[in-house]
Amino acid sequence: MLNVDLAVIGGGPAGLAAALEARKNGIEKVLILERDKELGGILQQCIHNGFGLHYFGEELTGPEYAERFVEQVEEQGIPYKCDTMVLHLSRDRTITAINRTDGLMKIKAKAVVLAMGCRERTRGALNIPGSRPAGIYTAGTAQRFVNMDGYLPGRKVVILGSGDIGLIMARRLTLEGAEVRMVCELLPYSGGLNRNIVQCLEDYQIPLKLSHTVTNIFGKERLEGVTVAQVDSSRQPIRETEEYVPCDTLLLSVGLIPENELSREAGVPLDRLTSGPIVKETMETCVEGIFACGNVVHVHDLVDFVTRESITAGRCAAEYIRKQKDAGSVPGEDRKTGGSAQDQNKDVAAEAGCQSDGIQTVASDGIKYVVPQYAGRGEHPEGLKLFFRVDGIYRNVRIAVQCDDHEIYSVRKRKVAPGEMETLTLKPELLGDLNTCSELRVELVSQDK
Amino acid sequence: MEERKLTCIVCPMGCQLNVTLNGNTISRVTGNGCKRGSAYAREECTAPRRVLTTTVPVAGGAFPLVSVKTERTVPKEKIRQCMEEIHHIHASAPIRIGDVLLENVCDTNVHVVATRNVPAAGTKAESPKVRNEDRSESMQ
Repeated sequence: MLNVDLAVIGGGPAGLAAALEARKNGIEKVLILERDKELGGILQQCIHNGFGLHYFGEELTGPEYAERFVEQVEEQGIPYKCDTMVLHLSRDRTITAINRTDGLMKIKAKAVVLAMGCRERTRGALNIPGSRPAGIYTAGTAQRFVNMDGYLPGRKVVILGSGDIGLIMARRLTLEGAEVRMVCELLPYSGGLNRNIVQCLEDYQIPLKLSHTVTNIFGKERLEGVTVAQVDSSRQPIRETEEYVPCDTLLLSVGLIPENELSREAGVPLDRLTSGPIVKETMETCVEGIFACGNVVHVHDLVDFVTRESITAGRCAAEYIRKQKDAGSVPGEDRKTGGSAQDQNKDVAAEAGCQSDGIQTVASDGIKYVVPQYAGRGEHPEGLKLFFRVDGIYRNVRIAVQCDDHEIYSVRKRKVAPGEMETLTLKPELLGDLNTCSELRVELVSQDK
Repeated sequence: MEERKLTCIVCPMGCQLNVTLNGNTISRVTGNGCKRGSAYAREECTAPRRVLTTTVPVAGGAFPLVSVKTERTVPKEKIRQCMEEIHHIHASAPIRIGDVLLENVCDTNVHVVATRNVPAAGTKAESPKVRNEDRSESMQ
């Protein structure tokens, strides 16, 4: 059994920032576990620029952004294990992991940071009918082939989904000599950033077909073509608009899902809206000593926000470890532990733990979700930062925060869209009333009336 | 007189801009919600520029490719030509972030620089702290 103070699962931007921040806060025994062969996570394949504008005040490419953190991890001598797969995490923070040099190992941690990120939705999640030929990839897989391995996945490409990775890949494949025939988006608007629509599609005259989807897939060994159809307002394909588009490659950019198998095994309660762990403002989950940050909690648009959130997780994990040491107790053993995560009542009990410590944040009218889901009742010297997404495109609205039925914050927005994560900070003086408040509700109020 | 439509990318509003061009000079910008929109329209219509990012094969590296970028923006109309020139680069490991791999690409006065470190094959990512021995296996 290997004993550490803090184990960080995942060596991408979230894990790196959390590990560094914990070390800065005096935690010596930190260990990062990464399943890829190097640190940096998905940033290593995101060779385009535009990262770091918020955090570093300059435009970096993905690998450059990652390197700034990897370099510090090296300088600080923070240990990490690459090519290492975490197989299991238990509620008492025992990690089972495996790699080729250490074999199977057990790691006991005083605190754990979950930083596993997210993965892409695949064809299976969409149930597109048709045959099952080669040539159908998620956009991120294609990105890895092109940018890391040096393979072009095909010559004639249709992209389904206008998320940012799909848009970025449309440009990338075009520059490498492929013909991107079109990008289809089921919704009447794109989920990607405007900047990417202009610079990745319009610059290269790639058509963006809104309210369109792929209805059939053809080809035996290799993809030969797809049918594309317009959809009506209830997102059903309109048969008369079906069009056959010959292509050898179909890329899917249809959403990301936080990767929470390990969280579930540890009995960490998840939010159905974010698909990530329910967290407090400290980024601690409802299971004591297990923290989470980055895309494993909710999918971010900008890595800069992942970094900020992960710094909070690292700092609070360090505080937790110190408190446990000061109290002289062995964390985890003063509580009921146990491996049987099948017991669903435990999740409920764990969430009750969250509830007793804090005030729930609630996504109300027009808001899809709010993170963190719980805010502490105590002091908030730096204020309380909320991250949320809206559930559609709205113009001329007010974002309001209600403490029960009393409005404590309001900001006007000319336009909000689900593709752009919103954030607001409640200043400490606004939070004075929190003790008397049973929930914090975030909602959109129309300004037109 | 020529009319052009643009989507402004300065902020998330995404205003639809209408630009009236008189030859190469802009006589009018409408549809912009703020001043920044008209400045964007002016540059975008007269001299659009982009940063180009791509990859270059590496000989003898721990990875088969190195990611690169143009150090600054280059004229948009030269992007394809720049890709051509970059395709002819022969890089060999080790490479450090910021190393110039091609000077003055397509007479733009802009260098093409590496955006990641590529250690030589067989070294352990240049770091004594790397824990696993098998990470240096060449991917070529």
